[in-house]
Amino acid sequence: MSGATLFGLVAAALVGVGLYGLIVNPQPLRKILAFNVIGSGVFLLFGAVARRGAALGMGGDPVPQALLITGIVVAFSATALAVAVLLRLHDETGSATLSSDPPPAAAGSENRVA
Amino acid sequence: MIDAFHAAAALLILALGVYTTFARETFAATVGFLAYGLLLTVAWVQLRGVDVALTEAAIGGGLTAMLLLRASARLRPTEAAASAETPGATTRLLAAVAAVSVAGALALAVLALPVPAPTLAPEAAANIASTGVGNPITAVLLAYRAMDTLLEAIVLLFALIGVWSLAPDRMWGGRPGPRHNADPDGILAFIARVLPPIGIVVGIYVFWIGADHPGGKFQGATILAAMWLLTMMAGLADAPPISRTWLRVLLVLGPAVFIAIGVVGAFTAGAFLAWPDGWAKPMILVIEIALMPSLALTLGLLLAGAPERPAQP
Repeated sequence: MSGATLFGLVAAALVGVGLYGLIVNPQPLRKILAFNVIGSGVFLLFGAVARRGAALGMGGDPVPQALLITGIVVAFSATALAVAVLLRLHDETGSATLSSDPPPAAAGSENRVA
Repeated sequence: MIDAFHAAAALLILALGVYTTFARETFAATVGFLAYGLLLTVAWVQLRGVDVALTEAAIGGGLTAMLLLRASARLRPTEAAASAETPGATTRLLAAVAAVSVAGALALAVLALPVPAPTLAPEAAANIASTGVGNPITAVLLAYRAMDTLLEAIVLLFALIGVWSLAPDRMWGGRPGPRHNADPDGILAFIARVLPPIGIVVGIYVFWIGADHPGGKFQGATILAAMWLLTMMAGLADAPPISRTWLRVLLVLGPAVFIAIGVVGAFTAGAFLAWPDGWAKPMILVIEIALMPSLALTLGLLLAGAPERPAQP
Protein backbone atom coordinates (compact mmCIF):
# COMPACT_ATOMS: atom_id res chain seq x y z
CA MET A 1 0.00 0.00 0.00
CA SER A 2 1.36 3.40 -0.93
CA GLY A 3 1.17 6.62 1.06
CA ALA A 4 -1.52 7.93 -1.30
CA THR A 5 -3.71 4.88 -0.65
CA LEU A 6 -3.20 5.23 3.11
CA PHE A 7 -4.32 8.88 3.07
CA GLY A 8 -7.17 7.96 0.73
CA LEU A 9 -8.47 5.43 3.28
CA VAL A 10 -8.06 7.95 6.13
CA ALA A 11 -10.01 10.44 3.99
CA ALA A 12 -12.84 7.93 3.52
CA ALA A 13 -12.99 7.38 7.29
CA LEU A 14 -13.01 11.15 7.92
CA VAL A 15 -15.99 11.60 5.61
CA GLY A 16 -17.82 8.90 7.59
CA VAL A 17 -16.92 10.43 10.97
CA GLY A 18 -17.96 13.89 9.82
CA LEU A 19 -21.24 12.62 8.36
CA TYR A 20 -22.15 10.96 11.66
CA GLY A 21 -21.35 14.17 13.57
CA LEU A 22 -23.33 16.26 11.09
CA ILE A 23 -26.46 14.16 11.63
CA VAL A 24 -26.21 13.40 15.34
CA ASN A 25 -24.85 16.55 16.97
CA PRO A 26 -27.70 18.99 17.66
CA GLN A 27 -25.59 22.16 17.96
CA PRO A 28 -25.36 24.16 14.72
CA LEU A 29 -21.73 25.11 15.35
CA ARG A 30 -20.84 21.44 15.78
CA LYS A 31 -22.64 20.71 12.51
CA ILE A 32 -20.49 23.37 10.81
CA LEU A 33 -17.40 21.75 12.35
CA ALA A 34 -18.51 18.29 11.21
CA PHE A 35 -19.20 19.68 7.76
CA ASN A 36 -15.63 20.95 7.64
CA VAL A 37 -14.36 17.51 8.68
CA ILE A 38 -16.34 15.99 5.77
CA GLY A 39 -14.94 18.69 3.48
CA SER A 40 -11.35 18.04 4.51
CA GLY A 41 -11.94 14.33 3.98
CA VAL A 42 -13.13 15.00 0.44
CA PHE A 43 -10.13 17.25 -0.17
CA LEU A 44 -7.72 14.65 1.20
CA LEU A 45 -9.27 11.97 -1.02
CA PHE A 46 -8.85 14.22 -4.04
CA GLY A 47 -5.28 14.96 -2.89
CA ALA A 48 -4.54 11.22 -2.80
CA VAL A 49 -5.86 10.96 -6.38
CA ALA A 50 -3.66 13.92 -7.37
CA ARG A 51 -0.62 12.26 -5.78
CA ARG A 52 -1.19 9.10 -7.82
CA GLY A 53 -1.06 11.23 -10.97
CA ALA A 54 2.58 12.22 -10.32
CA ALA A 55 4.54 12.42 -13.56
CA LEU A 56 7.40 14.26 -15.24
CA GLY A 57 9.06 15.24 -11.98
CA MET A 58 5.89 16.81 -10.59
CA GLY A 59 4.94 15.41 -7.19
CA GLY A 60 1.28 15.23 -8.18
CA ASP A 61 -1.16 16.07 -10.93
CA PRO A 62 -1.26 19.90 -10.85
CA VAL A 63 -4.85 20.21 -12.10
CA PRO A 64 -6.54 18.56 -9.08
CA GLN A 65 -4.10 20.34 -6.78
CA ALA A 66 -5.14 23.71 -8.20
CA LEU A 67 -8.81 22.74 -7.88
CA LEU A 68 -8.11 21.82 -4.24
CA ILE A 69 -6.80 25.31 -3.52
CA THR A 70 -9.98 26.75 -5.01
CA GLY A 71 -12.05 24.27 -3.01
CA ILE A 72 -10.42 25.13 0.33
CA VAL A 73 -11.01 28.85 -0.22
CA VAL A 74 -14.67 28.31 -1.21
CA ALA A 75 -15.20 26.04 1.82
CA PHE A 76 -13.86 28.83 4.04
CA SER A 77 -16.25 31.39 2.55
CA ALA A 78 -19.20 29.02 3.03
CA THR A 79 -18.14 28.43 6.65
CA ALA A 80 -17.85 32.18 7.28
CA LEU A 81 -21.35 32.73 5.90
CA ALA A 82 -22.78 29.85 7.98
CA VAL A 83 -21.16 31.17 11.16
CA ALA A 84 -22.52 34.67 10.46
CA VAL A 85 -26.05 33.28 10.02
CA LEU A 86 -25.67 31.35 13.28
CA LEU A 87 -24.43 34.38 15.23
CA ARG A 88 -27.32 36.47 13.92
CA LEU A 89 -29.76 33.74 14.98
CA HIS A 90 -28.15 33.82 18.41
CA ASP A 91 -28.40 37.62 18.62
CA GLU A 92 -32.06 37.57 17.59
CA THR A 93 -33.38 34.70 19.71
CA GLY A 94 -30.80 34.37 22.48
CA SER A 95 -30.36 30.72 21.64
CA ALA A 96 -28.64 28.69 18.96
CA THR A 97 -30.92 25.82 18.18
CA LEU A 98 -32.30 24.32 15.00
CA SER A 99 -35.27 22.83 16.88
CA SER A 100 -38.65 24.06 15.66
CA ASP A 101 -39.94 24.36 19.25
CA PRO A 102 -38.51 27.51 20.81
CA PRO A 103 -36.73 26.76 24.09
CA PRO A 104 -38.47 28.28 27.14
CA ALA A 105 -35.50 30.56 27.91
CA ALA A 106 -35.89 32.42 24.61
CA ALA A 107 -39.64 32.95 24.81
CA GLY A 108 -39.39 36.46 26.30
CA SER A 109 -36.74 37.70 23.90
CA GLU A 110 -38.46 36.99 20.61
CA ASN A 111 -39.03 40.64 19.74
CA ARG A 112 -35.69 41.79 20.99
CA VAL A 113 -33.77 43.89 18.47
CA ALA A 114 -30.18 42.72 18.41
CA MET B 1 5.72 2.66 0.54
CA ILE B 2 4.49 3.75 3.94
CA ASP B 3 7.06 4.91 6.44
CA ALA B 4 6.45 5.53 10.12
CA PHE B 5 5.99 9.27 9.57
CA HIS B 6 3.19 8.76 7.06
CA ALA B 7 1.45 6.27 9.34
CA ALA B 8 1.79 8.53 12.39
CA ALA B 9 0.37 11.54 10.54
CA ALA B 10 -2.53 9.48 9.16
CA LEU B 11 -3.40 8.05 12.59
CA LEU B 12 -3.19 11.45 14.32
CA ILE B 13 -5.38 13.07 11.66
CA LEU B 14 -8.00 10.37 12.06
CA ALA B 15 -7.86 10.61 15.87
CA LEU B 16 -8.22 14.41 15.82
CA GLY B 17 -11.06 14.18 13.30
CA VAL B 18 -12.87 11.83 15.68
CA TYR B 19 -12.07 14.10 18.66
CA THR B 20 -13.35 17.20 16.81
CA THR B 21 -16.61 15.42 16.09
CA PHE B 22 -17.20 13.80 19.48
CA ALA B 23 -15.60 16.13 22.05
CA ARG B 24 -18.07 17.15 24.73
CA GLU B 25 -17.27 20.86 24.74
CA THR B 26 -17.53 22.87 21.53
CA PHE B 27 -14.56 25.05 22.42
CA ALA B 28 -12.38 21.96 22.95
CA ALA B 29 -13.65 20.53 19.64
CA THR B 30 -12.67 23.74 17.86
CA VAL B 31 -9.18 23.66 19.35
CA GLY B 32 -9.03 20.06 18.13
CA PHE B 33 -10.01 21.30 14.68
CA LEU B 34 -7.14 23.82 14.73
CA ALA B 35 -4.62 21.04 15.45
CA TYR B 36 -6.37 18.87 12.86
CA GLY B 37 -5.86 21.58 10.20
CA LEU B 38 -2.17 21.84 11.03
CA LEU B 39 -1.74 18.07 10.81
CA LEU B 40 -3.54 18.05 7.47
CA THR B 41 -0.86 20.48 6.33
CA VAL B 42 1.72 17.77 7.11
CA ALA B 43 -0.36 15.28 5.12
CA TRP B 44 -0.41 17.66 2.15
CA VAL B 45 3.37 17.95 2.23
CA GLN B 46 3.61 14.15 2.29
CA LEU B 47 1.26 14.03 -0.70
CA ARG B 48 3.65 16.47 -2.47
CA GLY B 49 1.04 19.21 -2.65
CA VAL B 50 3.07 22.03 -1.10
CA ASP B 51 0.80 24.71 -2.62
CA VAL B 52 -2.21 22.95 -1.10
CA ALA B 53 -0.36 22.62 2.21
CA LEU B 54 0.20 26.39 2.30
CA THR B 55 -3.48 27.00 1.58
CA GLU B 56 -4.57 24.47 4.20
CA ALA B 57 -2.29 26.00 6.84
CA ALA B 58 -3.40 29.54 6.06
CA ILE B 59 -7.10 29.17 5.28
CA GLY B 60 -8.31 25.65 6.14
CA GLY B 61 -6.50 25.45 9.46
CA GLY B 62 -5.79 29.06 10.35
CA LEU B 63 -8.68 31.30 9.32
CA THR B 64 -11.45 28.69 9.59
CA ALA B 65 -10.34 27.58 13.05
CA MET B 66 -10.08 31.19 14.23
CA LEU B 67 -13.58 31.93 12.93
CA LEU B 68 -15.00 28.86 14.71
CA LEU B 69 -13.07 29.58 17.94
CA ARG B 70 -14.58 33.05 18.20
CA ALA B 71 -18.06 31.76 17.40
CA SER B 72 -17.78 28.96 19.98
CA ALA B 73 -16.72 31.45 22.66
CA ARG B 74 -19.78 33.58 21.89
CA LEU B 75 -22.17 30.65 21.76
CA ARG B 76 -20.87 28.95 24.90
CA PRO B 77 -23.91 29.93 27.06
CA THR B 78 -26.25 28.12 24.66
CA GLU B 79 -24.37 24.84 24.81
CA ALA B 80 -26.14 23.17 27.74
CA ALA B 81 -29.62 23.75 26.27
CA ALA B 82 -28.56 22.53 22.83
CA SER B 83 -27.00 19.27 23.99
CA ALA B 84 -30.37 18.33 25.53
CA GLU B 85 -31.62 17.96 21.94
CA THR B 86 -29.35 15.02 21.12
CA PRO B 87 -31.40 12.65 18.94
CA GLY B 88 -32.52 9.26 20.18
CA ALA B 89 -30.87 5.87 19.76
CA THR B 90 -32.68 5.05 16.50
CA THR B 91 -31.47 8.20 14.76
CA ARG B 92 -27.96 7.62 16.06
CA LEU B 93 -27.99 4.03 14.82
CA LEU B 94 -29.27 5.05 11.37
CA ALA B 95 -26.66 7.83 11.22
CA ALA B 96 -23.94 5.32 12.09
CA VAL B 97 -25.17 2.95 9.37
CA ALA B 98 -25.20 5.81 6.83
CA ALA B 99 -21.73 7.00 7.90
CA VAL B 100 -20.20 3.51 7.77
CA SER B 101 -21.72 2.79 4.35
CA VAL B 102 -20.50 6.08 2.86
CA ALA B 103 -17.01 5.61 4.35
CA GLY B 104 -16.95 1.97 3.21
CA ALA B 105 -17.99 2.83 -0.33
CA LEU B 106 -15.33 5.55 -0.52
CA ALA B 107 -12.68 3.18 0.85
CA LEU B 108 -13.60 0.57 -1.79
CA ALA B 109 -13.37 3.29 -4.45
CA VAL B 110 -9.90 4.26 -3.16
CA LEU B 111 -8.72 0.63 -3.34
CA ALA B 112 -10.21 0.24 -6.84
CA LEU B 113 -8.54 3.33 -8.37
CA PRO B 114 -7.21 2.54 -11.87
CA VAL B 115 -3.56 1.64 -12.46
CA PRO B 116 -1.78 3.47 -14.02
CA ALA B 117 -3.46 6.55 -12.61
CA PRO B 118 -4.83 9.02 -15.16
CA THR B 119 -2.98 12.33 -15.05
CA LEU B 120 -3.03 15.72 -16.72
CA ALA B 121 0.55 16.46 -15.69
CA PRO B 122 2.01 15.89 -19.22
CA GLU B 123 -0.52 18.32 -20.74
CA ALA B 124 0.18 20.86 -18.02
CA ALA B 125 3.92 20.51 -18.62
CA ALA B 126 3.62 20.65 -22.41
CA ASN B 127 1.96 24.06 -22.46
CA ILE B 128 3.58 25.72 -19.47
CA ALA B 129 6.13 27.59 -21.60
CA SER B 130 3.34 29.59 -23.25
CA THR B 131 2.09 30.89 -19.88
CA GLY B 132 5.43 32.32 -18.77
CA VAL B 133 5.07 31.00 -15.22
CA GLY B 134 7.17 28.19 -13.77
CA ASN B 135 4.79 26.77 -11.16
CA PRO B 136 2.36 24.38 -12.91
CA ILE B 137 -0.31 25.00 -10.26
CA THR B 138 -0.20 28.75 -10.89
CA ALA B 139 -0.43 27.96 -14.60
CA VAL B 140 -3.58 25.92 -13.96
CA LEU B 141 -5.08 28.57 -11.69
CA LEU B 142 -4.47 31.55 -13.95
CA ALA B 143 -4.14 30.19 -17.48
CA TYR B 144 -5.68 26.76 -18.09
CA ARG B 145 -8.55 27.15 -15.67
CA ALA B 146 -8.64 30.90 -15.05
CA MET B 147 -12.45 30.77 -15.03
CA ASP B 148 -12.37 28.76 -11.78
CA THR B 149 -10.17 31.35 -10.13
CA LEU B 150 -12.37 34.22 -11.33
CA LEU B 151 -15.48 32.52 -9.97
CA GLU B 152 -13.67 31.74 -6.73
CA ALA B 153 -12.84 35.43 -6.23
CA ILE B 154 -16.48 36.27 -6.95
CA VAL B 155 -17.72 33.59 -4.52
CA LEU B 156 -15.61 35.18 -1.80
CA LEU B 157 -17.13 38.56 -2.58
CA PHE B 158 -20.67 37.13 -2.56
CA ALA B 159 -20.01 35.44 0.77
CA LEU B 160 -18.92 38.81 2.17
CA ILE B 161 -22.08 40.47 0.82
CA GLY B 162 -24.06 37.64 2.43
CA VAL B 163 -22.33 38.17 5.78
CA TRP B 164 -22.87 41.94 5.63
CA SER B 165 -26.52 41.55 4.74
CA LEU B 166 -27.01 39.78 8.10
CA ALA B 167 -26.49 43.12 9.85
CA PRO B 168 -29.51 44.45 11.75
CA ASP B 169 -31.03 47.40 9.83
CA ARG B 170 -29.78 50.14 12.13
CA MET B 171 -26.22 48.78 11.97
CA TRP B 172 -26.07 48.77 8.18
CA GLY B 173 -22.97 50.55 7.00
CA GLY B 174 -21.38 50.22 10.43
CA ARG B 175 -18.23 48.58 11.69
CA PRO B 176 -17.97 44.77 11.79
CA GLY B 177 -17.57 42.85 15.04
CA PRO B 178 -16.99 44.11 18.56
CA ARG B 179 -14.29 46.67 19.27
CA HIS B 180 -11.32 44.93 20.81
CA ASN B 181 -9.68 46.51 23.81
CA ALA B 182 -6.41 44.89 24.73
CA ASP B 183 -3.91 46.09 27.33
CA PRO B 184 -1.81 48.63 25.38
CA ASP B 185 1.31 47.47 27.24
CA GLY B 186 0.40 43.80 27.03
CA ILE B 187 2.01 41.05 25.01
CA LEU B 188 -0.76 41.05 22.38
CA ALA B 189 -0.27 44.74 21.60
CA PHE B 190 3.49 44.19 21.56
CA ILE B 191 3.25 41.32 19.08
CA ALA B 192 0.74 43.28 16.99
CA ARG B 193 3.40 45.98 16.62
CA VAL B 194 6.38 43.71 15.97
CA LEU B 195 4.90 41.00 13.78
CA PRO B 196 3.03 42.86 10.99
CA PRO B 197 6.13 44.34 9.26
CA ILE B 198 7.59 40.84 9.06
CA GLY B 199 4.25 39.30 8.12
CA ILE B 200 3.65 41.81 5.33
CA VAL B 201 7.05 41.02 3.81
CA VAL B 202 6.41 37.27 4.11
CA GLY B 203 2.92 37.66 2.62
CA ILE B 204 4.18 39.60 -0.40
CA TYR B 205 7.06 37.15 -0.81
CA VAL B 206 4.69 34.15 -0.80
CA PHE B 207 2.57 35.97 -3.36
CA TRP B 208 5.50 36.85 -5.62
CA ILE B 209 7.27 33.50 -5.44
CA GLY B 210 4.02 31.77 -6.48
CA ALA B 211 4.84 32.34 -10.14
CA ASP B 212 7.66 29.80 -10.07
CA HIS B 213 7.50 27.98 -6.72
CA PRO B 214 4.83 26.93 -4.22
CA GLY B 215 2.94 30.01 -3.05
CA GLY B 216 0.46 32.38 -4.60
CA LYS B 217 -2.03 35.14 -4.08
CA PHE B 218 -4.49 33.28 -1.82
CA GLN B 219 -1.81 32.17 0.61
CA GLY B 220 -0.12 35.58 0.55
CA ALA B 221 -3.43 37.42 0.93
CA THR B 222 -4.30 35.24 3.93
CA ILE B 223 -1.04 36.18 5.65
CA LEU B 224 -1.77 39.88 5.02
CA ALA B 225 -5.34 39.42 6.33
CA ALA B 226 -3.97 37.69 9.44
CA MET B 227 -1.66 40.64 10.12
CA TRP B 228 -4.60 43.03 9.76
CA LEU B 229 -6.74 40.92 12.10
CA LEU B 230 -3.90 40.83 14.63
CA THR B 231 -3.72 44.63 14.81
CA MET B 232 -7.53 44.77 15.08
CA MET B 233 -7.59 42.26 17.94
CA ALA B 234 -4.88 44.13 19.79
CA GLY B 235 -7.04 47.26 19.55
CA LEU B 236 -4.38 49.13 17.51
CA ALA B 237 -6.63 49.44 14.47
CA ASP B 238 -10.39 49.32 14.05
CA ALA B 239 -12.37 47.59 11.33
CA PRO B 240 -13.52 50.17 8.76
CA PRO B 241 -17.26 50.90 8.45
CA ILE B 242 -18.54 48.85 5.52
CA SER B 243 -20.11 51.94 3.91
CA ARG B 244 -16.68 53.44 3.06
CA THR B 245 -16.28 53.99 -0.68
CA TRP B 246 -12.53 53.20 -0.74
CA LEU B 247 -13.22 49.88 0.93
CA ARG B 248 -15.89 48.88 -1.56
CA VAL B 249 -13.74 49.98 -4.53
CA LEU B 250 -10.81 47.89 -3.29
CA LEU B 251 -13.06 44.87 -2.70
CA VAL B 252 -14.43 44.96 -6.24
CA LEU B 253 -11.18 45.99 -7.92
CA GLY B 254 -9.61 42.51 -8.14
CA PRO B 255 -12.54 40.67 -9.74
CA ALA B 256 -13.29 43.71 -11.97
CA VAL B 257 -9.73 43.81 -13.34
CA PHE B 258 -9.88 40.03 -13.81
CA ILE B 259 -13.09 40.32 -15.86
CA ALA B 260 -11.77 43.31 -17.84
CA ILE B 261 -8.59 41.45 -18.81
CA GLY B 262 -10.69 38.42 -19.65
CA VAL B 263 -12.73 40.57 -22.03
CA VAL B 264 -9.50 41.90 -23.58
CA GLY B 265 -8.58 38.24 -24.19
CA ALA B 266 -11.90 37.73 -25.96
CA PHE B 267 -10.87 40.32 -28.57
CA THR B 268 -7.13 39.63 -28.84
CA ALA B 269 -6.95 35.86 -28.39
CA GLY B 270 -10.37 34.70 -29.46
CA ALA B 271 -11.84 33.57 -26.12
CA PHE B 272 -12.83 35.05 -22.76
CA LEU B 273 -9.88 34.69 -20.35
CA ALA B 274 -7.56 33.54 -23.15
CA TRP B 275 -4.14 35.18 -23.17
CA PRO B 276 -2.56 36.30 -26.47
CA ASP B 277 0.89 34.83 -27.26
CA GLY B 278 3.69 36.43 -25.31
CA TRP B 279 1.30 38.45 -23.14
CA ALA B 280 0.32 35.72 -20.70
CA LYS B 281 2.84 36.57 -17.98
CA PRO B 282 2.15 40.34 -17.83
CA MET B 283 -1.61 39.77 -17.88
CA ILE B 284 -1.39 37.17 -15.11
CA LEU B 285 0.75 39.58 -13.09
CA VAL B 286 -1.73 42.46 -13.46
CA ILE B 287 -4.58 40.19 -12.35
CA GLU B 288 -2.66 38.86 -9.37
CA ILE B 289 -1.56 42.32 -8.23
CA ALA B 290 -5.14 43.60 -8.50
CA LEU B 291 -6.58 40.54 -6.75
CA MET B 292 -4.15 40.60 -3.83
CA PRO B 293 -5.60 43.58 -1.86
CA SER B 294 -9.18 42.53 -2.70
CA LEU B 295 -8.56 39.03 -1.38
CA ALA B 296 -6.75 40.20 1.76
CA LEU B 297 -9.59 42.63 2.59
CA THR B 298 -12.32 40.10 1.77
CA LEU B 299 -10.74 37.37 3.90
CA GLY B 300 -10.17 39.75 6.82
CA LEU B 301 -13.70 41.15 6.68
CA LEU B 302 -15.25 37.68 6.35
CA LEU B 303 -13.60 36.88 9.66
CA ALA B 304 -14.62 40.18 11.23
CA GLY B 305 -18.26 39.30 10.53
CA ALA B 306 -21.46 41.28 10.16
CA PRO B 307 -21.58 44.97 11.19
CA GLU B 308 -22.40 45.25 14.90
CA ARG B 309 -21.62 48.89 15.67
CA PRO B 310 -22.84 52.09 13.99
CA ALA B 311 -20.29 53.89 11.81
CA GLN B 312 -20.21 56.89 14.15
CA PRO B 313 -19.94 55.79 17.78
